Amino acid sequence: NPYAGLVSHLRAAWLSGKTRPLEYRVAQLEALGRFLDEKKQDILEATALDMGKPSFEAYFTEILLCKNELNTTLNNLSHWMKDECVDKNLVTQLDSAFIRKDPYGVVLIIAPWNYPIHLFLVPLIGAIAAGNCVIIKPSETTKNTERLIAEMLSCYLDNDCFAVVTAGVQETTRLLENKFDYIFYTGTSRSPSVGRIIMTAAAKHLTPVTLELGGKNPCYVSDTCDVQNTARRVAWGRFFNAGQTCIAPDYVLCSLEMQEKLMPALREAITEFFGSNPRESPDFGRIVGDKQFRRIRALLCSGRVAIGGQTDEKERYIAPTVLADVLPSDPAMQEEIFGPVLPIVVVANMDEAIDFINARPRPLAIYAFSCDSKVVNQVLERTSSGGFCGNDTLMHVTLTSLPFGGIGNSGLGKYHGKFTFDTFTHHRGCLHRSMGREALNALRYPPYSQQKLGLLTTTFEVKRRGMCTLL
Amino acid sequence: NPYAGLVSRLRAAWLSGKTRPLEYRVAQLEALGRFLDEKKQDILEATALDMGKPHFEAEFSEILLSKNELHEMLNNVSDWVKDEYVDKNLVTRLDSAFIRKDPYGVVLIIAPWNYPIHLILVPLIGAIAAGNCVLIKPSEATVNTETLVAEALPNYLDKDCFAVVTAGVQETTRLLENKFDYIFYTGTSRSPSVGRIIMTAAAKHLTPVTLELGGKNPCYVSDTCDVQNTARRVAWGRFFNAGQTCIAPDYVLCSLEMQEKLMPALREAITEFFGSNPRESPDFGRIVGDKQFRRIRALLCSGRVAIGGQTDEKERYIAPTVLADVLPSDPAMQEEIFGPVLPIVVVANMDEAIDFINARPRPLAIYAFSCDSKVVNQVLERTSSGGFCGNDTLMHVTLTSLPFGGIG
Repeated sequence: NPYAGLVSHLRAAWLSGKTRPLEYRVAQLEALGRFLDEKKQDILEATALDMGKPSFEAYFTEILLCKNELNTTLNNLSHWMKDECVDKNLVTQLDSAFIRKDPYGVVLIIAPWNYPIHLFLVPLIGAIAAGNCVIIKPSETTKNTERLIAEMLSCYLDNDCFAVVTAGVQETTRLLENKFDYIFYTGTSRSPSVGRIIMTAAAKHLTPVTLELGGKNPCYVSDTCDVQNTARRVAWGRFFNAGQTCIAPDYVLCSLEMQEKLMPALREAITEFFGSNPRESPDFGRIVGDKQFRRIRALLCSGRVAIGGQTDEKERYIAPTVLADVLPSDPAMQEEIFGPVLPIVVVANMDEAIDFINARPRPLAIYAFSCDSKVVNQVLERTSSGGFCGNDTLMHVTLTSLPFGGIGNSGLGKYHGKFTFDTFTHHRGCLHRSMGREALNALRYPPYSQQKLGLLTTTFEVKRRGMCTLL
Repeated sequence: NPYAGLVSRLRAAWLSGKTRPLEYRVAQLEALGRFLDEKKQDILEATALDMGKPHFEAEFSEILLSKNELHEMLNNVSDWVKDEYVDKNLVTRLDSAFIRKDPYGVVLIIAPWNYPIHLILVPLIGAIAAGNCVLIKPSEATVNTETLVAEALPNYLDKDCFAVVTAGVQETTRLLENKFDYIFYTGTSRSPSVGRIIMTAAAKHLTPVTLELGGKNPCYVSDTCDVQNTARRVAWGRFFNAGQTCIAPDYVLCSLEMQEKLMPALREAITEFFGSNPRESPDFGRIVGDKQFRRIRALLCSGRVAIGGQTDEKERYIAPTVLADVLPSDPAMQEEIFGPVLPIVVVANMDEAIDFINARPRPLAIYAFSCDSKVVNQVLERTSSGGFCGNDTLMHVTLTSLPFGGIG
């Protein structure tokens, strides 16, 4: 196996204990901070070349949000690493009972192309903080960013314990034959299938996984909402990164009346954002590759094009597009769009919207817009999704205090903030007793007796609160 | 698929929202409490029939520990189901940011035979408390307990949302073809392979899993320890349930001198516990089945039998046995023993013991005995395992505040 040598090199480094001390982990994390600072310009340029990512967007998602995660981790790591002392029962009262935070060992992080720095760096921060060695496999789709990571990251991190591997589909399959102690995979289009492949490969070694996948994120817009604000927030979420965002609002569910009101509001928002010809705006991205461009273009024959619809294959440009009167059977409703195309599907009311959502695989995010909190809460209450945001899009994932992850087809596991540290940590239950005080143990030893059992129960039991017991 | 109808019935019940209200969950949990109280005698009898489990042990592990988990849950569930508010940044200062505790949906719990009630009930308590519908598959190896669970448990729980399925290996394979929203599997002998099969089946539906498997749990005994106390605690952990415990100390690592000291101490502990003829003790269990009996008996030709070694195939009795001078290449060191046989492997010192442990798959538990805290901490620090206990065996899993699970 072409990667067996690399994996065992990292495993030896891990067994050496090099990554365990707090100082080491902090040093590596600080080096990541320097990477973000010193290579900022290179990152902005590479992502612009790879998918026309506007510098503003790249700075926000690839630099700022990553630095937030880094700072949260550096601010809290010494606290998170500590043994966590836990409640004891009567028999263990004088003992030491705690949760030890152990690393898993050698971790594999596979990242996608849409936020190519962010989506390997944020898991990497947690993996390093938790004391692991890491192999990073960036996406082969975004060539400039892949090269940047492969060439430059190794200058910042300890090459004994961290490595970058560039690999296409075939090589990644071979990479996955190796035994890792944790696999963290973020994937995009057709994610459920690749997710299954990853988890099946992991199953051969009983390797735990986090799968950050995708889905069609519904966006319910009720009849009672501020139409212009809603349109702006939905347009922002949909057209950011030219729609190539796993948590973008994938389609809108609303009444016929609301569709009629939303259309001019969306048109106005798009013009506000990108001008009358978005193709000339420096603030609107492009599709990452020809294959993806053609895939999204094919979805345009759904419903009717109400806004946008223009495309340019050479530039891989697809205009910010809104499709009206889309049917559940239309092409745009058969797969995650992952492009700057927003279908509107008309439903009669909130109940129908909820049923529509529940009849489909559970998405990574659900959005609900309403001035009426009860409506927002109903949608939240009666659906199931990775995450949820009321009256906005995307914003819930910018809070490092909220867990980010999917459920069902949209994924398995969660991260951001402390959740990343916990993802890559094995919480080891520990009890340290005294060598003496043997008399306390006598109750549990044979020969057994009813009397011993009664006394044993007293020293071990957890009582139900609020229940009277007759002594 | 023979189970498709059942699974979709449970899924419909889940989609109806029936399991969501706190009152509903509490009512189901309280019914489990009544099951444990009213069926206590039946549980003690069934487990005695299935594997000669002493009543005391059954009452401790199947009833008491399960009730602890139940009480812990009932005491805290209303807190645990609440939305958890989180820190916000500047831009979200005036917003509402929280973690909502949502159920997964339809959950499958597959339980093993060694603690057949406990290992169903404890995951079940959590699954119900979290608002899920549950399909329970008890072990087919313990026929009396399986029958008890299949016949009695459904009478306590809401049949719309909870069901028990009895299935052998073939049927379980078909069961796993269905889509579940979570699979919780506890397995015993040869666990790694079945664990892989379960996870591979789960992968087809991207179903999250918890796999509670096993391994060879090492027990390092340093030269500075109270020999008699250590012997007693190790013997207790090894011979409880006739050794059929996933967290039992599987083998001892110690110096040659310590092996010499431990032997009489172990002999004394065994006599203290079971008398001079353990076969006549009501407090020592039996092996669950003929196949497992023969498997364990075959391991006895490892090192030399220093204590015990007697067997009786008809009773599936294997005496509390200690093997001395066992080599890493011996049969007893090739698989999880899961029986009342304790091999002692001699190592030069603690460093050698740690290297020995680290050269092998990570176990469910590691034990270290020493009067010197530094030694205990060193073993903890330099190894990796599911859980750890210093100066005792098994006890760490009786604390509901400690996470219990494996690694690797």
